Amino acid sequence: MRIVDDVTVHVRTGEVLAVVGPSGAGKSSFLRLLNRLDEPTSGTVRLEGIDYKQIQPRDLRRRVGMVTQTAYLFPGTIADNIRFGPAQQGSELPAKTIEELLSQVGLAGRAGEDVAHLSGGEAQRVSLARALATAPAVLLLDEPTSSLDAEAKGEVEKLILTVVRKNGLTCVMVSHDLAQAARVADRVMVLNKGKLERIGTTSEVINAEGAFR
Amino acid sequence: MLKELFASQLALGCAQAAIAALLALAVMLLARQRGIHIERETVVALVRGIVQITAVGSILVLLLRGPAWTSIFLLAAMIVAAAKISAGRSKGLPKSFQISLYAIGGGAGSVIALMTWAGAIDTAITSLVPIGSMLIANAMNTNSLVMNRFRSEVESHAGLIETGLALGADSKRTVAPYVQVSLQASMIPAIDSLRSLGIVWIPGLMAGMLLSGASPIYAAIYQFVAISMIFSSSGLTALIGSLLIRGSAFSPAEQLTLRPRPVS
Repeated sequence: MRIVDDVTVHVRTGEVLAVVGPSGAGKSSFLRLLNRLDEPTSGTVRLEGIDYKQIQPRDLRRRVGMVTQTAYLFPGTIADNIRFGPAQQGSELPAKTIEELLSQVGLAGRAGEDVAHLSGGEAQRVSLARALATAPAVLLLDEPTSSLDAEAKGEVEKLILTVVRKNGLTCVMVSHDLAQAARVADRVMVLNKGKLERIGTTSEVINAEGAFR
Repeated sequence: MLKELFASQLALGCAQAAIAALLALAVMLLARQRGIHIERETVVALVRGIVQITAVGSILVLLLRGPAWTSIFLLAAMIVAAAKISAGRSKGLPKSFQISLYAIGGGAGSVIALMTWAGAIDTAITSLVPIGSMLIANAMNTNSLVMNRFRSEVESHAGLIETGLALGADSKRTVAPYVQVSLQASMIPAIDSLRSLGIVWIPGLMAGMLLSGASPIYAAIYQFVAISMIFSSSGLTALIGSLLIRGSAFSPAEQLTLRPRPVS
Protein backbone atom coordinates (compact mmCIF):
# COMPACT_ATOMS: atom_id res chain seq x y z
CA MET A 1 0.00 0.00 0.00
CA ARG A 2 1.32 3.46 -0.89
CA ILE A 3 0.73 6.01 1.85
CA VAL A 4 1.73 8.92 -0.39
CA ASP A 5 1.44 8.21 -4.10
CA ASP A 6 2.45 10.21 -7.16
CA VAL A 7 2.45 13.63 -5.52
CA THR A 8 4.29 16.38 -7.40
CA VAL A 9 4.20 19.79 -5.77
CA HIS A 10 6.31 22.91 -6.17
CA VAL A 11 6.49 24.97 -3.00
CA ARG A 12 7.41 28.57 -3.75
CA THR A 13 10.00 30.42 -1.70
CA GLY A 14 8.37 32.36 1.13
CA GLU A 15 4.89 30.93 0.70
CA VAL A 16 2.75 29.11 3.23
CA LEU A 17 1.33 25.93 1.77
CA ALA A 18 -1.33 24.13 3.78
CA VAL A 19 -1.78 20.37 3.38
CA VAL A 20 -5.33 19.35 4.21
CA GLY A 21 -7.30 16.16 3.94
CA PRO A 22 -9.23 13.65 6.02
CA SER A 23 -7.63 11.36 8.63
CA GLY A 24 -5.38 8.77 7.04
CA ALA A 25 -4.95 10.86 3.87
CA GLY A 26 -1.16 10.73 4.23
CA LYS A 27 -0.67 14.35 5.30
CA SER A 28 1.84 13.69 8.09
CA SER A 29 3.59 11.04 6.00
CA PHE A 30 3.94 13.60 3.19
CA LEU A 31 5.49 16.07 5.63
CA ARG A 32 7.91 13.46 7.01
CA LEU A 33 9.16 12.85 3.49
CA LEU A 34 10.09 16.51 3.15
CA ASN A 35 12.78 16.45 5.86
CA ARG A 36 13.59 12.81 5.15
CA LEU A 37 12.38 11.41 8.46
CA ASP A 38 10.94 8.77 6.15
CA GLU A 39 12.49 7.52 2.94
CA PRO A 40 10.48 7.75 -0.29
CA THR A 41 10.24 4.36 -2.02
CA SER A 42 10.45 6.19 -5.34
CA GLY A 43 10.77 9.78 -6.44
CA THR A 44 12.57 12.49 -4.53
CA VAL A 45 12.38 15.98 -3.07
CA ARG A 46 14.39 18.92 -4.36
CA LEU A 47 15.49 21.68 -2.01
CA GLU A 48 16.45 24.82 -3.90
CA GLY A 49 16.81 22.67 -7.01
CA ILE A 50 19.10 20.08 -5.41
CA ASP A 51 17.98 16.47 -5.00
CA TYR A 52 17.86 16.07 -1.24
CA LYS A 53 19.52 12.68 -1.43
CA GLN A 54 22.67 14.62 -2.37
CA ILE A 55 22.48 16.48 0.94
CA GLN A 56 23.57 14.87 4.22
CA PRO A 57 20.35 14.14 6.20
CA ARG A 58 21.63 16.10 9.20
CA ASP A 59 22.41 19.15 7.05
CA LEU A 60 19.04 18.87 5.34
CA ARG A 61 17.19 18.75 8.65
CA ARG A 62 19.07 21.76 9.94
CA ARG A 63 17.76 23.71 6.95
CA VAL A 64 14.24 22.28 7.17
CA GLY A 65 12.84 22.88 10.65
CA MET A 66 9.87 20.97 12.00
CA VAL A 67 7.20 21.52 14.63
CA THR A 68 5.12 18.48 15.47
CA GLN A 69 1.59 18.05 16.77
CA THR A 70 2.89 17.17 20.24
CA ALA A 71 5.66 19.41 21.48
CA TYR A 72 8.35 16.92 22.48
CA LEU A 73 10.65 18.92 24.73
CA PHE A 74 13.96 17.63 26.04
CA PRO A 75 14.22 17.47 29.83
CA GLY A 76 15.81 20.66 31.20
CA THR A 77 15.16 24.34 30.83
CA ILE A 78 13.58 26.28 28.00
CA ALA A 79 17.05 27.61 27.13
CA ASP A 80 18.46 24.05 26.96
CA ASN A 81 15.83 23.25 24.36
CA ILE A 82 16.51 26.37 22.31
CA ARG A 83 20.25 25.65 22.34
CA PHE A 84 19.81 22.06 21.19
CA GLY A 85 19.70 22.55 17.40
CA PRO A 86 22.64 24.98 17.08
CA ALA A 87 24.65 22.80 19.52
CA GLN A 88 24.40 19.93 17.00
CA GLN A 89 26.30 22.14 14.57
CA GLY A 90 28.87 22.91 17.24
CA SER A 91 27.71 26.47 17.87
CA GLU A 92 26.81 27.91 21.24
CA LEU A 93 23.72 30.10 21.00
CA PRO A 94 24.31 33.40 22.90
CA ALA A 95 21.88 34.22 25.70
CA LYS A 96 20.82 37.33 23.79
CA THR A 97 19.73 35.29 20.76
CA ILE A 98 17.81 32.89 23.01
CA GLU A 99 16.02 35.84 24.55
CA GLU A 100 15.22 37.26 21.11
CA LEU A 101 13.76 33.93 19.99
CA LEU A 102 11.74 33.65 23.17
CA SER A 103 10.36 37.15 22.81
CA GLN A 104 9.29 36.24 19.26
CA VAL A 105 7.14 33.45 20.69
CA GLY A 106 5.89 35.43 23.67
CA LEU A 107 8.05 33.79 26.33
CA ALA A 108 10.51 36.60 27.04
CA GLY A 109 12.37 36.30 30.35
CA ARG A 110 11.54 32.65 30.85
CA ALA A 111 14.70 30.98 29.49
CA GLY A 112 15.62 29.45 32.84
CA GLU A 113 12.27 27.76 33.48
CA ASP A 114 12.03 23.99 33.61
CA VAL A 115 10.00 22.70 30.65
CA ALA A 116 8.22 20.20 32.91
CA HIS A 117 6.03 23.03 34.23
CA LEU A 118 4.85 24.43 30.88
CA SER A 119 1.29 24.31 29.57
CA GLY A 120 0.55 22.74 26.16
CA GLY A 121 0.46 26.13 24.44
CA GLU A 122 3.70 27.26 26.08
CA ALA A 123 5.40 24.00 25.16
CA GLN A 124 4.37 24.49 21.55
CA ARG A 125 5.80 28.03 21.62
CA VAL A 126 9.12 26.62 22.88
CA SER A 127 8.99 24.01 20.15
CA LEU A 128 8.55 26.77 17.54
CA ALA A 129 11.39 28.88 18.99
CA ARG A 130 13.60 25.78 19.06
CA ALA A 131 12.88 25.10 15.38
CA LEU A 132 13.70 28.72 14.54
CA ALA A 133 16.99 28.59 16.45
CA THR A 134 18.73 26.74 13.60
CA ALA A 135 17.64 29.52 11.22
CA PRO A 136 15.93 27.16 8.79
CA ALA A 137 14.94 28.11 5.25
CA VAL A 138 11.84 25.93 5.40
CA LEU A 139 9.51 25.26 8.31
CA LEU A 140 7.33 22.14 8.44
CA LEU A 141 4.34 22.29 10.78
CA ASP A 142 2.46 19.09 11.54
CA GLU A 143 -0.92 20.10 12.99
CA PRO A 144 0.84 22.34 15.50
CA THR A 145 -2.36 23.49 17.19
CA SER A 146 -4.49 20.34 17.14
CA SER A 147 -3.60 19.22 20.65
CA LEU A 148 -4.24 22.67 22.19
CA ASP A 149 -7.38 24.12 23.74
CA ALA A 150 -9.36 26.73 21.77
CA GLU A 151 -7.71 29.74 23.39
CA ALA A 152 -4.14 28.48 23.04
CA LYS A 153 -4.96 27.27 19.52
CA GLY A 154 -5.86 30.78 18.35
CA GLU A 155 -2.79 32.31 20.02
CA VAL A 156 -0.31 29.78 18.63
CA GLU A 157 -1.85 30.01 15.15
CA LYS A 158 -1.47 33.80 15.18
CA LEU A 159 2.05 33.48 16.49
CA ILE A 160 3.07 31.00 13.79
CA LEU A 161 1.76 33.28 11.08
CA THR A 162 3.63 36.28 12.52
CA VAL A 163 6.87 34.36 12.94
CA VAL A 164 6.73 32.79 9.48
CA ARG A 165 6.06 36.13 7.78
CA LYS A 166 8.63 38.01 9.85
CA ASN A 167 11.38 35.50 9.11
CA GLY A 168 10.39 35.10 5.44
CA LEU A 169 10.16 31.34 5.85
CA THR A 170 8.86 28.89 3.30
CA CYS A 171 6.30 26.91 5.23
CA VAL A 172 4.38 23.68 4.71
CA MET A 173 1.66 23.17 7.30
CA VAL A 174 -0.47 20.09 7.79
CA SER A 175 -3.96 20.76 9.08
CA HIS A 176 -7.20 18.84 9.21
CA ASP A 177 -9.03 22.15 9.46
CA LEU A 178 -9.70 23.93 6.15
CA ALA A 179 -10.81 27.07 7.99
CA GLN A 180 -7.41 27.25 9.68
CA ALA A 181 -5.68 26.66 6.33
CA ALA A 182 -7.71 29.55 4.92
CA ARG A 183 -6.57 31.84 7.73
CA VAL A 184 -2.90 30.93 7.52
CA ALA A 185 -1.96 29.72 4.04
CA ASP A 186 -1.32 31.25 0.63
CA ARG A 187 -2.12 28.00 -1.14
CA VAL A 188 -3.77 24.76 -0.14
CA MET A 189 -3.18 21.23 -1.37
CA VAL A 190 -5.74 18.51 -0.69
CA LEU A 191 -4.53 14.97 -0.11
CA ASN A 192 -6.90 12.03 -0.12
CA LYS A 193 -5.86 8.40 0.24
CA GLY A 194 -2.29 9.43 -0.41
CA LYS A 195 -3.06 11.14 -3.72
CA LEU A 196 -2.96 14.81 -4.58
CA GLU A 197 -6.59 15.69 -5.18
CA ARG A 198 -6.33 19.42 -5.66
CA ILE A 199 -3.92 22.34 -5.28
CA GLY A 200 -4.60 26.02 -5.64
CA THR A 201 -5.04 29.28 -3.83
CA THR A 202 -7.01 29.07 -0.62
CA SER A 203 -10.12 30.59 -2.20
CA GLU A 204 -9.92 28.28 -5.24
CA VAL A 205 -9.77 25.20 -3.06
CA ILE A 206 -12.53 26.39 -0.71
CA ASN A 207 -14.78 27.19 -3.64
CA ALA A 208 -14.12 23.88 -5.37
CA GLU A 209 -17.04 21.61 -4.75
CA GLY A 210 -16.21 18.51 -2.72
CA ALA A 211 -12.62 19.52 -2.27
CA PHE A 212 -12.65 18.62 1.40
CA ARG A 213 -15.33 17.12 3.56
CA MET B 1 12.40 -40.39 50.12
CA LEU B 2 13.30 -40.72 46.44
CA LYS B 3 16.68 -42.22 47.25
CA GLU B 4 14.97 -45.08 49.04
CA LEU B 5 12.68 -45.77 46.08
CA PHE B 6 15.29 -45.67 43.30
CA ALA B 7 18.41 -47.74 43.40
CA SER B 8 20.09 -46.53 40.21
CA GLN B 9 21.35 -42.94 39.80
CA LEU B 10 19.70 -42.59 36.36
CA ALA B 11 16.26 -43.62 37.68
CA LEU B 12 16.70 -41.27 40.63
CA GLY B 13 17.60 -38.41 38.26
CA CYS B 14 14.51 -39.07 36.12
CA ALA B 15 12.28 -39.08 39.19
CA GLN B 16 13.82 -35.84 40.47
CA ALA B 17 13.36 -34.24 37.03
CA ALA B 18 9.73 -35.36 36.93
CA ILE B 19 8.99 -33.81 40.33
CA ALA B 20 10.75 -30.55 39.37
CA ALA B 21 8.78 -30.42 36.11
CA LEU B 22 5.51 -31.09 37.95
CA LEU B 23 6.25 -28.17 40.24
CA ALA B 24 6.89 -25.92 37.23
CA LEU B 25 3.61 -27.10 35.66
CA ALA B 26 1.78 -26.34 38.92
CA VAL B 27 3.14 -22.77 38.79
CA MET B 28 1.99 -22.56 35.18
CA LEU B 29 -1.52 -23.63 36.23
CA LEU B 30 -1.54 -21.04 39.02
CA ALA B 31 -0.59 -18.40 36.45
CA ARG B 32 -3.36 -19.62 34.17
CA GLN B 33 -5.89 -19.16 36.98
CA ARG B 34 -4.78 -15.53 37.15
CA GLY B 35 -5.36 -15.17 33.40
CA ILE B 36 -1.66 -15.36 32.47
CA HIS B 37 -1.27 -17.85 29.64
CA ILE B 38 2.25 -19.26 29.54
CA GLU B 39 1.22 -22.89 29.02
CA ARG B 40 2.76 -23.42 25.61
CA GLU B 41 5.95 -21.53 26.39
CA THR B 42 6.40 -23.40 29.71
CA VAL B 43 5.85 -26.87 28.26
CA VAL B 44 8.11 -26.17 25.28
CA ALA B 45 10.81 -24.71 27.55
CA LEU B 46 10.66 -27.70 29.93
CA VAL B 47 10.85 -30.28 27.14
CA ARG B 48 13.54 -28.31 25.34
CA GLY B 49 15.51 -27.86 28.55
CA ILE B 50 15.58 -31.55 29.48
CA VAL B 51 16.40 -32.63 25.91
CA GLN B 52 19.18 -30.06 25.55
CA ILE B 53 20.82 -30.68 28.90
CA THR B 54 20.64 -34.46 28.46
CA ALA B 55 22.15 -34.12 24.98
CA VAL B 56 24.95 -31.92 26.32
CA GLY B 57 25.52 -34.40 29.15
CA SER B 58 25.86 -37.20 26.59
CA ILE B 59 28.22 -35.13 24.47
CA LEU B 60 30.29 -34.30 27.55
CA VAL B 61 30.67 -38.01 28.23
CA LEU B 62 32.23 -38.33 24.76
CA LEU B 63 34.24 -35.13 25.02
CA LEU B 64 35.77 -36.09 28.34
CA ARG B 65 37.63 -38.79 26.49
CA GLY B 66 38.73 -36.44 23.71
CA PRO B 67 41.49 -33.78 23.50
CA ALA B 68 41.07 -30.50 25.43
CA TRP B 69 40.83 -28.29 22.34
CA THR B 70 37.44 -29.78 21.41
CA SER B 71 35.95 -27.67 24.20
CA ILE B 72 36.66 -24.55 22.08
CA PHE B 73 34.24 -25.78 19.42
CA LEU B 74 31.64 -26.62 22.03
CA LEU B 75 31.90 -23.16 23.60
CA ALA B 76 31.79 -21.51 20.16
CA ALA B 77 28.62 -23.46 19.35
CA MET B 78 27.16 -22.34 22.68
CA ILE B 79 27.90 -18.70 21.83
CA VAL B 80 26.14 -19.03 18.46
CA ALA B 81 23.13 -20.71 20.11
CA ALA B 82 23.04 -18.04 22.82
CA ALA B 83 23.13 -15.29 20.17
CA LYS B 84 20.24 -16.92 18.32
CA ILE B 85 18.13 -17.24 21.48
CA SER B 86 18.92 -13.69 22.56
CA ALA B 87 18.15 -12.30 19.09
CA GLY B 88 14.76 -14.03 19.26
CA ARG B 89 13.95 -11.90 22.31
CA SER B 90 14.36 -8.70 20.33
CA LYS B 91 12.18 -9.20 17.29
CA GLY B 92 11.93 -6.10 15.17
CA LEU B 93 15.43 -4.95 16.02
CA PRO B 94 17.53 -5.07 12.85
CA LYS B 95 20.77 -7.09 12.90
CA SER B 96 19.86 -8.49 16.33
CA PHE B 97 21.64 -11.81 15.66
CA GLN B 98 24.90 -10.17 14.57
CA ILE B 99 24.81 -7.76 17.52
CA SER B 100 24.11 -10.63 19.94
CA LEU B 101 26.88 -12.74 18.43
CA TYR B 102 29.48 -9.99 18.69
CA ALA B 103 28.33 -8.96 22.17
CA ILE B 104 28.16 -12.45 23.70
CA GLY B 105 31.21 -13.66 21.78
CA GLY B 106 33.20 -10.58 22.70
CA GLY B 107 31.98 -10.43 26.29
CA ALA B 108 31.91 -14.06 27.41
CA GLY B 109 34.49 -15.28 24.87
CA SER B 110 37.19 -12.82 25.90
CA VAL B 111 36.66 -13.42 29.64
CA ILE B 112 36.83 -17.21 29.12
CA ALA B 113 40.00 -16.85 27.03
CA LEU B 114 41.69 -14.44 29.42
CA MET B 115 40.84 -16.36 32.58
CA THR B 116 41.85 -19.67 31.04
CA TRP B 117 45.15 -18.14 29.95
CA ALA B 118 45.63 -16.74 33.48
CA GLY B 119 44.89 -20.12 35.01
CA ALA B 120 41.68 -19.11 36.80
CA ILE B 121 39.79 -21.63 34.69
CA ASP B 122 41.24 -25.09 34.37
CA THR B 123 41.81 -26.20 30.77
CA ALA B 124 40.26 -29.62 31.46
CA ILE B 125 36.99 -30.03 29.57
CA THR B 126 35.20 -30.90 32.80
CA SER B 127 36.05 -27.47 34.12
CA LEU B 128 36.27 -25.25 31.02
CA VAL B 129 32.95 -26.23 29.46
CA PRO B 130 30.69 -25.91 32.55
CA ILE B 131 32.29 -22.64 33.69
CA GLY B 132 32.38 -21.30 30.12
CA SER B 133 28.74 -22.19 29.59
CA MET B 134 27.85 -20.42 32.83
CA LEU B 135 29.53 -17.24 31.58
CA ILE B 136 27.91 -17.55 28.14
CA ALA B 137 24.45 -18.11 29.66
CA ASN B 138 24.75 -15.05 31.88
CA ALA B 139 26.10 -12.98 29.00
CA MET B 140 23.10 -14.11 26.94
CA ASN B 141 20.67 -12.98 29.64
CA THR B 142 22.39 -9.62 29.90
CA ASN B 143 22.37 -9.18 26.14
CA SER B 144 18.65 -10.03 25.99
CA LEU B 145 17.96 -7.46 28.70
CA VAL B 146 19.96 -4.78 26.86
CA MET B 147 18.18 -5.39 23.57
CA ASN B 148 14.73 -5.76 25.02
CA ARG B 149 15.02 -2.66 27.18
CA PHE B 150 16.57 -0.65 24.35
CA ARG B 151 13.75 -1.53 21.98
CA SER B 152 11.03 -0.60 24.47
CA GLU B 153 12.83 2.62 25.47
CA VAL B 154 13.24 3.70 21.85
CA GLU B 155 9.66 2.82 20.94
CA SER B 156 8.28 4.75 23.88
CA HIS B 157 10.50 7.80 23.22
CA ALA B 158 10.17 7.79 19.43
CA GLY B 159 8.72 11.32 19.41
CA LEU B 160 11.65 12.77 21.35
CA ILE B 161 14.20 10.88 19.27
CA GLU B 162 12.68 12.07 16.01
CA THR B 163 12.55 15.60 17.38
CA GLY B 164 16.30 15.37 17.89
CA LEU B 165 16.77 14.02 14.37
CA ALA B 166 14.57 16.79 12.94
CA LEU B 167 16.85 19.31 14.65
CA GLY B 168 19.87 17.84 12.87
CA ALA B 169 21.23 15.72 15.73
CA ASP B 170 23.50 12.72 15.23
CA SER B 171 21.24 9.67 15.37
CA LYS B 172 23.47 7.90 17.89
CA ARG B 173 23.30 10.92 20.18
CA THR B 174 19.51 10.94 20.13
CA VAL B 175 19.37 7.42 21.60
CA ALA B 176 22.31 7.84 24.00
CA PRO B 177 20.10 8.28 27.13
CA TYR B 178 18.18 5.09 26.29
CA VAL B 179 21.37 3.13 25.64
CA GLN B 180 22.56 4.17 29.09
CA VAL B 181 19.27 3.16 30.75
CA SER B 182 19.37 -0.22 28.97
CA LEU B 183 22.97 -0.80 30.00
CA GLN B 184 22.27 0.01 33.64
CA ALA B 185 19.12 -2.13 33.76
CA SER B 186 20.87 -5.11 32.17
CA MET B 187 23.62 -5.06 34.78
CA ILE B 188 21.27 -5.24 37.79
CA PRO B 189 21.19 -9.09 37.97
CA ALA B 190 24.99 -9.39 37.74
CA ILE B 191 25.55 -6.69 40.35
CA ASP B 192 22.94 -8.20 42.69
CA SER B 193 24.51 -11.65 42.30
CA LEU B 194 27.88 -10.26 43.32
CA ARG B 195 26.41 -8.30 46.24
CA SER B 196 24.32 -11.16 47.59
CA LEU B 197 26.96 -13.87 47.21
CA GLY B 198 27.02 -16.08 50.26
CA ILE B 199 24.22 -14.15 51.98
CA VAL B 200 21.23 -14.79 49.74
CA TRP B 201 22.56 -17.64 47.64
CA ILE B 202 25.30 -20.23 47.50
CA PRO B 203 25.73 -21.19 43.85
CA GLY B 204 25.75 -24.78 42.64
CA LEU B 205 29.40 -24.64 41.69
CA MET B 206 30.40 -24.27 45.34
CA ALA B 207 28.11 -27.11 46.39
CA GLY B 208 29.68 -29.28 43.68
CA MET B 209 33.20 -28.43 44.81
CA LEU B 210 32.33 -29.23 48.43
CA LEU B 211 30.78 -32.53 47.39
CA SER B 212 33.90 -33.42 45.44
CA GLY B 213 36.02 -32.85 48.50
CA ALA B 214 37.50 -29.37 47.95
CA SER B 215 38.42 -27.20 50.89
CA PRO B 216 35.40 -25.09 51.94
CA ILE B 217 37.53 -21.92 52.00
CA TYR B 218 38.91 -22.57 48.51
CA ALA B 219 35.40 -23.43 47.27
CA ALA B 220 34.13 -20.14 48.70
CA ILE B 221 36.93 -18.10 47.16
CA TYR B 222 36.52 -19.81 43.81
CA GLN B 223 32.84 -18.97 44.00
CA PHE B 224 33.80 -15.32 44.20
CA VAL B 225 36.08 -15.86 41.19
CA ALA B 226 33.18 -17.38 39.22
CA ILE B 227 30.72 -14.63 40.09
CA SER B 228 33.30 -11.96 39.33
CA MET B 229 33.86 -13.59 35.94
CA ILE B 230 30.10 -13.57 35.36
CA PHE B 231 30.04 -9.88 36.25
CA SER B 232 32.93 -9.13 33.87
CA SER B 233 31.54 -11.10 30.95
CA SER B 234 28.03 -9.69 31.49
CA GLY B 235 29.39 -6.16 31.77
CA LEU B 236 31.53 -6.53 28.67
CA THR B 237 28.60 -8.06 26.77
CA ALA B 238 26.34 -5.18 27.82
CA LEU B 239 28.96 -2.62 26.80
CA ILE B 240 29.58 -4.19 23.38
CA GLY B 241 25.86 -4.79 22.82
CA SER B 242 24.91 -1.25 23.75
CA LEU B 243 27.61 0.21 21.49
CA LEU B 244 26.46 -1.89 18.53
CA ILE B 245 22.76 -1.48 19.17
CA ARG B 246 22.78 2.33 18.82
CA GLY B 247 23.02 2.20 15.07
CA SER B 248 20.52 -0.62 14.66
CA ALA B 249 17.52 1.63 15.32
CA PHE B 250 18.28 3.79 12.29
CA SER B 251 18.45 3.51 8.53
CA PRO B 252 21.57 4.68 6.67
CA ALA B 253 19.79 8.03 6.12
CA GLU B 254 19.40 8.39 9.91
CA GLN B 255 15.70 7.62 9.96
CA LEU B 256 14.31 5.96 13.06
CA THR B 257 13.19 2.50 11.97
CA LEU B 258 12.13 1.35 15.43
CA ARG B 259 9.00 3.42 15.86
CA PRO B 260 5.26 2.89 15.85
CA ARG B 261 3.94 3.55 12.32
CA PRO B 262 2.12 6.88 11.84
CA VAL B 263 -1.61 6.75 11.26
CA SER B 264 -1.83 9.73 8.95
